[in-house]
Amino acid sequence: MTVGIVLVSHSPAVASSVAELAAELAGPSVAIRAAGGTDDGRFGTSIELISAAVRSADSGDGVCVLMDMGSSVLTSKTLLEDLEDEDDAPVVRLADAPFAEGAVAAAVLASTGQDLDAVVTSAEHAWSMRKL
Amino acid sequence: MAFDTTTATAWITAAEAVVKANEARLTGLDAAIGDGDHGANMARGLTAALANIAEKEPATPGDVLVAAGRGIVAKTGGASGPLYGTAFRRAGKALGDTTDADAAQVGEALEAALTAIKELGGAAEGDKTMVDALTPAVAAFQAVAGDGGTVAAAAQAGADAAEAGLAATVPLQARKGRASYLGPRSVGHEDPGAASLALILRALAEVTA
Repeated sequence: MTVGIVLVSHSPAVASSVAELAAELAGPSVAIRAAGGTDDGRFGTSIELISAAVRSADSGDGVCVLMDMGSSVLTSKTLLEDLEDEDDAPVVRLADAPFAEGAVAAAVLASTGQDLDAVVTSAEHAWSMRKL
Repeated sequence: MAFDTTTATAWITAAEAVVKANEARLTGLDAAIGDGDHGANMARGLTAALANIAEKEPATPGDVLVAAGRGIVAKTGGASGPLYGTAFRRAGKALGDTTDADAAQVGEALEAALTAIKELGGAAEGDKTMVDALTPAVAAFQAVAGDGGTVAAAAQAGADAAEAGLAATVPLQARKGRASYLGPRSVGHEDPGAASLALILRALAEVTA
């Protein structure tokens, strides 16, 4: 089992494309799910889509969620608060990370079987990986 | 007149109506410094709030606000969804199982909403957000309630203070959300979130008057 990854973006295409990129680099062992846009396909975020993606990505080892900005962050935080009220809710952590780079870092580490803490930390370390 | 289940439902109904009537204005404000969807998002969220209230048939004013909040969170789509949704839910939870809240209890519920918004969004006064309308509104509401005023009188004071808070957002530079990317270019406009907040508190004053 591996840590699952959920990618929350305002854009359905951004979420699914970054998921595709991360999956390509991480390999098939990691469950990476996209939760982009609203439940009717507009730009925005949907707590129902994020919740469904989290449940689909969870294999029991927890889920690392990456968000792009604004309502993606606020809606994901609201989902965490909702999950606190549930029995047997998946263990979910939000990564404070750059979206594409963090997704790749998290997915690659998850593919090695590391735990949720290590996966989140890996995503957050992506801030410090300079390009130039 | 206290704040009971009927009044709470009337508030959300009036809020939906006034937001729909001002949808173009809110969207215009948001087009100036945001992404131009605040009116449509708020209308969609409050319609979902009313649908959830109709479905749940809440028995207390607190449950009305919790049901409204859940509807808003589920359907709004923008940052206003989690912010307003969490605010209504926390306000409803603060009312507990009372069936007939007095002005002091409603004031505490509004304060719980303000705290929730600040925690979730991380905004403080002066950031050019809904917090700039809600903070003075809660203070004004609680001042009247503390003097033994009615819900109606407190709500009137709260709505007046929210509108003054909205006007005071014009010279501010945004430090949250899309508008913050504009830097000094965000100065000179009303904040759309403060504008919708003022409308919703005016609706409370009208249904309790």
